[in-house]
Amino acid sequence: MCLAIPGKIIEIAPDNESSALIDVVGVRRRVDLSLLQDDRAVPGDWVLIHVGFAMSKISEADALDQMRTLAMLGESEAAIQEVQGYGLEEAGDKRTP
Amino acid sequence: MSHEIRPAGVTPEFRFREPQIEMAHGAGGKASRRLIEGLFAPLLLGASSAPLGDAAYLSICGVQVAVTTDGFVVKPLRFPGGSIGELAINGTVNDLAVSGARAEAMVVTFVLEAGLSTEVLRAEIQAMAEAAQKAGVRIVSGDTKVVEHGKADNMYITTTGLGVPLAGVDVNPRSVHPGDKILLSGPIGDHGITILLARGELDLEGDLRSDTRSVFPLVDALVRAAGPGVRWMRDPTRGGAATSLNELARDCGFGVILFEDAIPVHDAVRGACELLGLDPLHIANEGQFLAVVAPEFADAALKAVQGAPGGEEAQIIGEVRDQPAGAVLVTTLYGGSRIVDMLVGDPLPRIC
Amino acid sequence: MKYVDEFRKPELITKAAEEIRRLADSPRHYRLMEVCGGHTHAIYRFGLKDVLPANIELIHGPGCPVCVLPMGRIDDGLSIAAQHGVIFAAFGDMMRVPGTQGSPLEHKARGMDVRIVYSPSDAIKLAKTNPDRHVIFFAIGFETTAPSTALTLLRAKAEGLRNFSVFCNHVTIIPAIRAILDSPDMRLDGFIGPGHVSTVIGCRPYEWIAKNERKPIVVSGFEPLDLLQSIVMILAQLQKGEAKVENQYKRVVPWEGNRAALKAMAEVFELRPYFEWRGLGFISQSALRIRPQYAEYDSEQRFNIPGIRVTDPKAAQCGEVLKGVLKPAQCKLFGRECTPENPVGALMVSSEGSCAAYYNYEHRKASVVTSLGLPA
Repeated sequence: MCLAIPGKIIEIAPDNESSALIDVVGVRRRVDLSLLQDDRAVPGDWVLIHVGFAMSKISEADALDQMRTLAMLGESEAAIQEVQGYGLEEAGDKRTP
Repeated sequence: MSHEIRPAGVTPEFRFREPQIEMAHGAGGKASRRLIEGLFAPLLLGASSAPLGDAAYLSICGVQVAVTTDGFVVKPLRFPGGSIGELAINGTVNDLAVSGARAEAMVVTFVLEAGLSTEVLRAEIQAMAEAAQKAGVRIVSGDTKVVEHGKADNMYITTTGLGVPLAGVDVNPRSVHPGDKILLSGPIGDHGITILLARGELDLEGDLRSDTRSVFPLVDALVRAAGPGVRWMRDPTRGGAATSLNELARDCGFGVILFEDAIPVHDAVRGACELLGLDPLHIANEGQFLAVVAPEFADAALKAVQGAPGGEEAQIIGEVRDQPAGAVLVTTLYGGSRIVDMLVGDPLPRIC
Repeated sequence: MKYVDEFRKPELITKAAEEIRRLADSPRHYRLMEVCGGHTHAIYRFGLKDVLPANIELIHGPGCPVCVLPMGRIDDGLSIAAQHGVIFAAFGDMMRVPGTQGSPLEHKARGMDVRIVYSPSDAIKLAKTNPDRHVIFFAIGFETTAPSTALTLLRAKAEGLRNFSVFCNHVTIIPAIRAILDSPDMRLDGFIGPGHVSTVIGCRPYEWIAKNERKPIVVSGFEPLDLLQSIVMILAQLQKGEAKVENQYKRVVPWEGNRAALKAMAEVFELRPYFEWRGLGFISQSALRIRPQYAEYDSEQRFNIPGIRVTDPKAAQCGEVLKGVLKPAQCKLFGRECTPENPVGALMVSSEGSCAAYYNYEHRKASVVTSLGLPA
C-alpha cells in the first residue's frame, strides 16, 4: 500500500490530458493523472507515483521547509546552552548559515 | 580453486523433498541451492566436501585444466546491449575467469524451436562468433537439436568451456579471513533491469543496456597485480551480488560487511529498483565480478582493475569480519544496517 | 534522486538521531507504533532501529494489506482463474502468498495463466490484447491503492470492455487502528501515521485518536529523515503532554485528502458490512466491495466463488504479533516452521509483514550491532 516514488512529468499525452510520461532518473513510464484533477500538473512538476497513478503533486516549498527544519535540529538547543554558558538571559539566535 | 578434501565441509547436506520443479529453482537463489545441493550434488558429485564453485579443476595426464558449463535461457533473445548468443559466450568465459582460468576453447549445444526464423538464428551465431573472437576463445565443436514449436522459447544455448589456470592465483573460500577486502568490478543491476524492461510487461522504458562482456581482462589485471592476495572470486549472475556474497559468507564461515554508499549503481537501475521495490543487490549481472583480496593487496588490486579498460568504476565495497557469521550485512554512513539474504526465487516487483 | 536523496543525507540522519536521544533522555520507555507496512519495511531497510536509543520501541502495526488477507480469499481468486482461459493478474506482492493449494506462482507452474502487473491499468491492457479471454485483476491495498482500482474499473466501463473484472480485497485503515487501540493488551504512547494512505484520506480521519484516545499521531513520509523527524515530533508532543494530529509529510499529504480520489472510491465502492482480517478476526465496515451498478466488473458477481474460510494453525500467533503484543521472534513458530520461504502465518507472507521483515533484515544481526560499535 505504500510504495510510492517521486517522478518528474516530462510531457502530457497530446491526445489524453490525463496521461503523462514521467521520468525517475532515466526510467520512464506513462502514469495516469486523473487523481490530480483539482490541482492539474504540468511538465516540470514532480508528482508522487503509486501503481502507475499520480497521487499528489510534490510541493517544493514544503520540501525545502522540511530540509531547513531538519538542518536546524538541535541547533536551537545548542545555541541556548552556549548562551546560558555566558550567563546571559536571552537565547541568542546563533544559527550558523 | 583447489580440490583439497577437508573434514566436515561447510556446505550443509539437504535432501531435495519438493515434488516438482518450479521457476524458483532456476533463479540462482535459495531454491536453486536446494536443488543443486539436495539432488544434483549428492547423486553426481559424490562425497566431495569442497564448496561448489563456478568451475572444476581437473588433472588430465598431468595437465591442469579448468572446465565449466552454463545454460542460457533468455526472453527476449535480443535486448539493449546484447543477446542470448553473447551471454552464452561471455557467461562461460566469466565462470572460468573467476575460477582463475583463461578460457581457451568452447563447445556449444543448441536446442532450437521449430519455426525459429533462420535470420534470428544467424544473428545469434554471428553474435557468438564476435563475442568469442573478442574473448580470444575458439569454438571447437557443437551439437544441435530441434524441438516442436512451443518448446524452447526460440532457442536454448549451453556452452561448455575449457580453460588454462592462471599462474599465481588460487581461489578458495576457506582462505578468506576477517580483514579481507571485497572488490566489485563495476555497477550492479544493469543486466537484470534491462531484461525486465525489455520484456515489456511493466511498461517501463529506460536508458539501460546489459553489461554483458568478458571480465577476463579485468581479472587478468587483478591477478597480475595482486595474485597472491586474491582469495575468492565470483561473477554475480542470477540472484545478484547478494547471492554470491551469501555463498561466500556461508562457505568461509565469516561475515560479509558491505558499505552501501560504496556500491556503484547506475541511476536508471536505481530508479527502476526504487519504482518497483527491488534491491540492486538481488539483480543479475553479466559483466561484473566480485573478488576477496587480502588487505595488504587491496590498494594494488583496486588500482589494477580501475586502470584496465572497462574497470574504471570498480570499488572496494566491503570487508570480511568475524560477525555476523555466515551472513551479509549492509551498513550505511549513519550507522544503520540490515541483513541481505539471498532470494528464494526471482525478485518480484512490489507495490507495498 | 530528487525528493529522495535529500531525505537520506547521513549527516542529517545523525543529527535527527541525536535530537531523538536528547528528547528521549529519561527513564521513560516509549512504545510507538508505525501502522503502515511500508513504514515497517523502511525502518528495516534503512536500519533505523540502530540509530534509535534503547528506550524507544517501535511496534509494527497491521497496515500490511497482503498480511491481513485471509487465505480463503486467495483460494477464491485462484478458483476463478482456474477456469478455462482466464488470466489472473495481480501485483508482485501477491505472487508468493500461499493459498491452501499453493501460491499464484505455484499455480502458474501448474499451467494457470498468471501475470504480474505494476498497475491496474496494465490489467486493462491485458484484457484488450486478449479479447477472447477474461482477465481478473486481484485488487489489494488500503485507501492508497483503492482509487486507482476505482478509476481503472470506470475506464473499463467507459471503454465497454466485456472481458475484465476486479476481485476486490481493498481494506480501510481506520478500523485496523481501532482494533489495535481496542486490544486490552496494548499499551502505546503514540503513532507514526500512514503517509501514503493519507494522500487520499487526509489527516482528519485520525483526529479521534488524538481527542478520544489522547495519543499523538504524526503522519509520516517514508525516507529515513521523514521517519526520524516524525519520531522527534511525537516525542516533543509527549514531553509537552500534548496529543494531536500532525502532518510531517506535508510536501505530499494534503490535510483534507484528495477529493478526486475519494470521489472515485465513493462512486465505485461501498463498505462491506464486515470482512475477515487474517489475525484480527471479523471487523465491521472495514473493507470495500464493488457497487451493484458495476456488477459486470465485479469478479464476485460474475463468477461463483467457493467462499471457504481457512483458519490459521492455532500455534501461529499472528494476531498477537499483528497487534504488537508479541514480537515476531516470540512466536513459537518463528524461524522454525514459519519462514519467508514456508510461511505458516500472515506476517511471513509479505516482505513488509513484521515477521518477514524481521527475519530478512534483522534477526541474525543482534550480536553484530554492538560488536561493530554502532550507536545503540
